[in-house]
Amino acid sequence: MTTADHLIKGASLPDGKKADISIFNGVIASVGSEFKGDAKNVIDAKDCVVLPGLVDLHTHLREPGREDAETVLSGSRAGVKGGFTAVSAMANTSPVADTAGVVEQVYRLGQEAGLLDVFPIGAVTQGLKGEALSEIGAMADSVARVRVFSDDGNCVSDPLVMRRALEYIKKFGGVIAQHAQDPRMTIGSQMNEGEISARLGLKGWPAVAEEAIIARDVLLADHVQSRLHICHLTTAGGVEIIRWAKARGIDVTAEVTPHHLLLTDDLASSYDPVYKVNPPLRTEADVHALREALADGTIDIVATDHAPHPTESKECEWQEAAFGMLGLETALSIVQKTMVDSGLMNWSQVADRMSIAPARIGGYENHGQPIVVGSVANLVVINPTQKWTVDRDLVLSKSSNTPYHGHVLPGVITHTFFKGAATYSNGTITSVGDK
Amino acid sequence: MRHLLSIADLNKSEAISILDTATELARVSDGAVKKLPTLRGRTIVNLFAEDSTRTRISFEAAAKRLSADVINFSAKGSSVSKGESLKDTAMTLQAMGADAVVIRHSASGAAQRLADSQWMSGSVINAGDGTHEHPSQALLDAFTIRKHLGMGASDLAGLNVAIVGDILHSRVARSNVLLLALLGAKVTLVAPPTLLPVGIQNWPATVSYDFDSVIPHVDVVMMLRVQQERMSDLFFPNAREYSRYFGLNGERMASMKSGAIVMHPGPMNRGLEISAEVADSARSVITEQVTNGVSVRMAILYVLLAGGALEVGRD
Amino acid sequence: MSVALSAQDITRALTRISHEILEKNQGSANIVLLGIPTRGAHLATRISSIIASIEGSEVPTGTLDITLFRDDLRMRPPRAIMPTKIPTSGIEGKDVILVDDVLFSGRTIRAALDALGEIGRPRAVQLAALVDRGHRELPIKADFIGKNLPTSKSQSVRVLLSEIDGRDEVTIEEGAEL
Repeated sequence: MTTADHLIKGASLPDGKKADISIFNGVIASVGSEFKGDAKNVIDAKDCVVLPGLVDLHTHLREPGREDAETVLSGSRAGVKGGFTAVSAMANTSPVADTAGVVEQVYRLGQEAGLLDVFPIGAVTQGLKGEALSEIGAMADSVARVRVFSDDGNCVSDPLVMRRALEYIKKFGGVIAQHAQDPRMTIGSQMNEGEISARLGLKGWPAVAEEAIIARDVLLADHVQSRLHICHLTTAGGVEIIRWAKARGIDVTAEVTPHHLLLTDDLASSYDPVYKVNPPLRTEADVHALREALADGTIDIVATDHAPHPTESKECEWQEAAFGMLGLETALSIVQKTMVDSGLMNWSQVADRMSIAPARIGGYENHGQPIVVGSVANLVVINPTQKWTVDRDLVLSKSSNTPYHGHVLPGVITHTFFKGAATYSNGTITSVGDK
Repeated sequence: MRHLLSIADLNKSEAISILDTATELARVSDGAVKKLPTLRGRTIVNLFAEDSTRTRISFEAAAKRLSADVINFSAKGSSVSKGESLKDTAMTLQAMGADAVVIRHSASGAAQRLADSQWMSGSVINAGDGTHEHPSQALLDAFTIRKHLGMGASDLAGLNVAIVGDILHSRVARSNVLLLALLGAKVTLVAPPTLLPVGIQNWPATVSYDFDSVIPHVDVVMMLRVQQERMSDLFFPNAREYSRYFGLNGERMASMKSGAIVMHPGPMNRGLEISAEVADSARSVITEQVTNGVSVRMAILYVLLAGGALEVGRD
Repeated sequence: MSVALSAQDITRALTRISHEILEKNQGSANIVLLGIPTRGAHLATRISSIIASIEGSEVPTGTLDITLFRDDLRMRPPRAIMPTKIPTSGIEGKDVILVDDVLFSGRTIRAALDALGEIGRPRAVQLAALVDRGHRELPIKADFIGKNLPTSKSQSVRVLLSEIDGRDEVTIEEGAEL
């Protein structure tokens, strides 16, 4: 009997059953009762849960163009620490990822980093300007094999452009991921429009500016029979629209960020721009609606919208600050805190929302696979019984704009496996290129 | 009290003590004493990242009457206008030994960011931050109202005040609503629906779109400046419609209660929100507001700076 | 705690001070009484009415708050400013008589002299104190004293006046003044 590369002993599978899992040559070699053979690396996982490696459908890696905030390498490092084996790099880089050249560059950088799969997302429109379609076909056929297209950062607000985009991607098996924000209603907007914004004197970003676009786009997707994905859903009203659309059989999926499952707009009262994000933090009622929707599957996935920014972009007045928060390293802990520990979801559902469903939407075949013999060994091991304190000076991201600095969070990730190799192991990061 | 960032930071007795201190200081200034040694040796910096002549001069006069040294950092020609960050500006002021910074800034929350940061250790006085608050304006407005209509009471209980105009973008309105309510007055906000913030239902004030029905019942009509830009931003069709419904003209003034006064934080758009006739009438206390501003700002500087390290308060 | 002056002692002292003021200034024609709030102001009012009953004419009387001229403001939380009311006849060329309850370090009177300096130029300034408890830190002396009370620095002198405290009494207590 050959020696296994790794043996994860006594872990709980997502369905709760205990098992020993052995990994050999990049795949899962055995799953079941006590493993009797040898293994080069034995991991005592008795209090741990093993999930399929997490898949993020919404990550900002900032390279090319803003390497001061993050690079594909530093973002990959943050990703493996957060239990991710695949991330999707949004297209709002500089230059914009609207050609085969840029997406192939990002893809190659991900391969060189060798820590997880980086799947570039292609822009819907040239330069994210919302006017002319980008070279969707060229990007789909490139080495990067792009299937997810998004102008995230910007909304595809022109209804005719959105219609054409939804139609065109059908040829390439793609999906449009819409950042729903009516630009006319949100010029200069700083935070959720409501009681708090009225008091703080910060220009409001009304929920209707998000919901109106979602409503329009689900109707468009229905009309042209195409696939639509709604990025970072943040409002109870938006949840209702998605529910309605799904009931009618419209092919729409939706994501929610970890921060929108936990944080609310009253945090802006300190005027600390670490809480400034787009779309903005909303109200308690919205947070509850989002949690329920994630639990019942109306919201299909959790996606981080990991948005690194250099210190000077956050250490200033609110109006001047950039929008965005880090998310990769804390995502699973926040989901455990808000959804599992509160009793709304079990680990099997977490596996679905954070790995299986995002892999399916993105078309990432090697990810989100069931934990059975023969599956690619993309796995994450987490100990839900341990806690850890978030320290912004110790994050692996190049930036430190985390809203959780000082928070004590549940769930410590002990290992991340990518293609059978331990990319993250109790604090150590190892590239698959290294031996 | 270490900073004055928002009226929300004051309780009723603190607010009244500022007004009472201002009353005494006004007497001092009215009389032969023009200068007091109280803040001798202290350095107060006016950090005005947004243009403003009257507020800056008012704070400067207040500081000088208390013998403080004043340094002016104003928008034009300063490093702030050349893109120096608030942080770097603050650290420069700290290096210069500023005991207090009076900050006026176009970003809401700028004063609080300065106070909460570790960039400097002096007191921060908010002289107007974006559309958030303008505490010293509200205090001088309350002082003026108390002087004319207070009947010797320490607070403003029983008085009715109408605040009219662009409430949505007005830091003066926000501070005044908080302070007038704190002092027991009843506030009615009058504006077109487009200029009222969503979420206003929780403010301690009633709302009306009908100026004419509110006027006869109030003791104070406080007019706010309406900026010309609001017209191109679709807040109302044109100046004519705005004046017709929300302008204080002679006819509306005639329906005011006997003894009721007209106020305006300035600068005025004569002919838009307020007619020249009203601005120059006997009911107008607008120029007196400016005089009172110096006494009130002296009181603020006194309360924040005259005491020493043993004080307990909001940090 | 011991009683240094009873109500009756206080009345007699104020009467004697009033006579001494008139004697030193040859009548009340040019004098202005300025009491230092809080208790000095009440004492000034009493002296003013005593003089009025002796001379048959009113003496201009007012208050002079010295808070803004103190040299020890930074050592404690900001104090409330009390009213300053200078009589309409002013102080220019007048013989101003400052009235305070207790003369101790002399710093209050130093501040009062600075305050007067900002208002105008009296012909002369004199000081009437109900109690002089010694321990001067500046070269200040009283012209008219109710009672000399030798005290140690670890003691404090409390003056109670009926206008505020319900009764007249001066006591010495253990425990330094704040």
